[in-house]
Amino acid sequence: MLNYSLKQMGAALRAKEISSVELTRLYLERIAAHNPVYNAYITTDEKTSLEQACLADEMLAKGEAQPLTGIPIAQKDIFCAKGWRTTCGSRMLSDFIAPYDAHVIEQFNKAGAINLGKTNMDEFAMGSSNETSYFGSVRNPWDQERVPGGSSGGAAAAVAARLCAAATGTDTGGSIRQPAALCGISGIKPTYGTVSRYGMIAFASSLDQAGPMARSAEDCALLLNLMTGFDERDSTSLQREKEDYARDLDQPLKGLRIGLPKEFFAEGLSSDVASRVEEALSEYRKLGAVTVDISLPNSRLAVPVYYVLAPAEASSNLSRYDGVRYGYRAPEYADLSEMYEQSRSQGFGAEVKRRIMIGTYVLSHGYYDAYYLQAQKIRRLIAQDFAEAFKSCDVIMGPTSPSTSFRLGEKGDDPVQMYLSDIYTIAVNLAGLPGMSIPCGFGANNMPAGLQIIGNYFDEARMLNVAHQYQLATDWHSRSPV
Amino acid sequence: MSLSTDDVQKVARLARLAMNDDEIEAARSQLSGIFQLIEEMQAVDTSGIEPMSHAQDLTQRLREDRVTEPDQRELFQSIAPQVSSGLYLVPQVIE
Amino acid sequence: MTWETVIGLEVHTQLSTCSKIFSGASTAYGAEPNTQADAVSIALPGVLPVLNKGAVERAIKFGLATGAHIAPRSVFARKNYFYPDLPKGYQISQFDLPVVGMGQLKIQVEPLSGNAKPYEKLVRITRAHLEEDAGKSVHGAAQGMTGVDLNRAGTPLLEIVSEPDMCSAAEAVAYAKALHTLVRWIGISDGNMQEGSFRCDVNVSVRRKGEPLGTRREIKNLNSFKFMQQAIDFEVQWQIDTIESGGKVQQATVLFNPDTGETRAMRSKEDAHDYRYFPDPDLLPLSITPQMIDEIRSAMPELPEARRMRYMEQYALTSYDASMLTSSREMADYFDSCVSNLGMTKLAANWITGEVSAQLNREGLEIAQCPVSPKQLGGMLARIADNTISNSGAKEVFRTLWSEGGDADAIIEAKGLKQVSDAGAIEALVDEILNANADKVAEYRSGKEKLFGFFVGLAMKASKGKANPAQLNDILQKKLAV
Repeated sequence: MLNYSLKQMGAALRAKEISSVELTRLYLERIAAHNPVYNAYITTDEKTSLEQACLADEMLAKGEAQPLTGIPIAQKDIFCAKGWRTTCGSRMLSDFIAPYDAHVIEQFNKAGAINLGKTNMDEFAMGSSNETSYFGSVRNPWDQERVPGGSSGGAAAAVAARLCAAATGTDTGGSIRQPAALCGISGIKPTYGTVSRYGMIAFASSLDQAGPMARSAEDCALLLNLMTGFDERDSTSLQREKEDYARDLDQPLKGLRIGLPKEFFAEGLSSDVASRVEEALSEYRKLGAVTVDISLPNSRLAVPVYYVLAPAEASSNLSRYDGVRYGYRAPEYADLSEMYEQSRSQGFGAEVKRRIMIGTYVLSHGYYDAYYLQAQKIRRLIAQDFAEAFKSCDVIMGPTSPSTSFRLGEKGDDPVQMYLSDIYTIAVNLAGLPGMSIPCGFGANNMPAGLQIIGNYFDEARMLNVAHQYQLATDWHSRSPV
Repeated sequence: MSLSTDDVQKVARLARLAMNDDEIEAARSQLSGIFQLIEEMQAVDTSGIEPMSHAQDLTQRLREDRVTEPDQRELFQSIAPQVSSGLYLVPQVIE
Repeated sequence: MTWETVIGLEVHTQLSTCSKIFSGASTAYGAEPNTQADAVSIALPGVLPVLNKGAVERAIKFGLATGAHIAPRSVFARKNYFYPDLPKGYQISQFDLPVVGMGQLKIQVEPLSGNAKPYEKLVRITRAHLEEDAGKSVHGAAQGMTGVDLNRAGTPLLEIVSEPDMCSAAEAVAYAKALHTLVRWIGISDGNMQEGSFRCDVNVSVRRKGEPLGTRREIKNLNSFKFMQQAIDFEVQWQIDTIESGGKVQQATVLFNPDTGETRAMRSKEDAHDYRYFPDPDLLPLSITPQMIDEIRSAMPELPEARRMRYMEQYALTSYDASMLTSSREMADYFDSCVSNLGMTKLAANWITGEVSAQLNREGLEIAQCPVSPKQLGGMLARIADNTISNSGAKEVFRTLWSEGGDADAIIEAKGLKQVSDAGAIEALVDEILNANADKVAEYRSGKEKLFGFFVGLAMKASKGKANPAQLNDILQKKLAV
């Protein structure tokens, strides 16, 4: 059952082979047994999950089931879920009981899916290894001494370790794709504006986008169907017609043009990952696709641009955490100013403070033009590179991450090294394009490697088709660490 | 580019982050490294390029002027650090 | 050396929308603390702003009313600073690209002292932009604590910034009054100054004639025209005294204390302001189409200045009367509906600016609450115009209309106020008096012309005050001259 696709699981539920309560209990038991090792969840609430499962069973009994009714889903702890502790991986919100539901949570609730718990993450989604979480590091199910990636590391580990049927993540600079790659699962960050950000705790508003993380592209398509859609509460939510992201899964790939940016295969890419990606490309050629060489000349600047824009937005987004209306307030302070400074210094971890400092600096008087404005201009150049590239290809492929998973603590002292692990994913967020990662074999230390697929705006259905066809031809996605 | 201790202190103050001397120094050295990376941007000629603030080139949708939100003070203040008579309390503000 | 004063105003006017600028919470004044502070108003994690169309329409109206450029594309920016009444740690405002560009307002200045004549002046309005109001701090809410009420947070404001075109308290007050009239006239604000709907910040500097601009100090949050005048007068004198005694004016924000009539610099040590403005990533650029502007333009009322000019040209009213009658739209509309035929315009103007206004003032009422309707007053004016009643009779009719209602004709009838305009009757009356006072007549004819009043008095008494005064004068003069 644990290795069933979501489609199979849904069929089993509808056929009464198993009830949602039983299925939920199965996962809750696995979480109780294994979470102490992986630390993939920050919060579980057995009672609430089982209540939801009961309701789902009623829907199933009445024949009102939708594709995900009764299926236990792990929610990244960045989504506000009413009545659930919602921490965003931070001490600042360690006791924050969300008084409302995020759009994404509402969508799952409406569909009768089960909220299995809130997954661990880098604090305020700032990190690429899940080591910045106030609630401790997450262990990679393939090797407990290694990181699961981040910031959606808890989600990736939970999916890989079969501690949920599927999960949600968010991706600001690679936070879905990089942990998906490092944990050997599939994940897609859709076009910016496709999934409402309402109720998703903001990191960098112009880059943040939620998406599914699952065991296969097909599963991702089912989740995406649920998560997307116009929401008037988010001004950046796109008014588009609902689409079925699974509609093209079975399309053959003959004639598909795959663009290979030379910058993604240059220095900095470890040879094991390079080989796995090459092998995947060979597989695609066998499936009838052709590869074309392209260039994204400004992509080398994606990391510096990102580390100006994302911290700038974050420094402002995180100003609301002041200990006044909710969240952590320092126990001791002499006056208002000290209350602010102590609450924020104690409530935020080192990486968050670092990024607040960067952001504050680049926006401050005298530096705005040189940093912030310059970064916004290069952001446009980066987006234009993609537009140019898509004139000669249908999708772009390359590695998701320059290497497979690294050891816990390995990059702890050097933020710049950590930042470079998102070198291939960041440009996609800057452009607002959809990007995904699927497993493509194992590299050094037998750790999973990820293939990144980048599509043009709103081309998620094609990307999922491209991923699905590969997953029909290979079995990397069904390998399990447990 | 390297930041001065003074730069870091000023930024910490603006961001309302209390930092002792050791933390300031650690931040100074880390931020200097990060800004070295960021400096790579300066080599690019961006004259005539429009800054990009949003992923999509769209304009703001407008909401009809209607009251839709009920009073949820009790719920919202149940998670507040300190309230009295419906007010959020903070140390005295001096004008 | 003569001193020159340079004054510019920043006026924050609350827009009269029923919901907040970025959320659906009510903006009604006077609710229990925080009962109108919704999730957006208290800046819960994950909430997002959505712009209120009503606020945008009101800003456009203002732009049209001041002949300003309406920006086809304007941008919302975040102004970052920490304060307990600012829940997000930033205020959403407009910086580089405000919705309303340079405009102007014609003002009528009544010099406050001396024999100087009233004059007209054109004040340039630099810009007007949309932003959100902050909450309110309630001092002494508990021992040593300040309470924060966020009901007001998010109320739409139009910040109207003038050029430093004013050079006296009288001009500043005239400008503020004209602006206050305008925003209420076009229905974008209730202008209630006690409730803080119209708040003025006044930038004041002094310089010796011919010298460059001096350092300015900003008097914050003036909410009455009287205080504004007092504050400016004090501030100007203080600045002159400071410089003349060898000191220097430091740029500062000052508060006016109505009890002492003095201004003082704020104690709170504001950091050297570094607001780190940047475009709000949660809000897209605001686009205002020509169609939207046309729609609003077609629904614009005749503006106060146009109405004032029309009254002067069409009705030959004095500048003073025309200004008084256009001091509010309700007043002007009252006047218009009173004036049923052109012959009575001057009469109506006199009554409305005189007796009606005085009585309203005495009872602390607005024209809209006037117990005498324009129709009632018009009915009475018609009787003055056709000589049915005298002025003193009219005053009695007015008093009755005010306190008891009814209509003028019925009151005249009931109280027997109809004046005698029958020449024969008056002549008979006059003859009788002259015959009875032959000695006085002789004295008069021999040169004691002061006695004329004596005869008028007797005749009036004899007619019980009903004789038409003009007619009586004519007849008396004729008879005495024989």
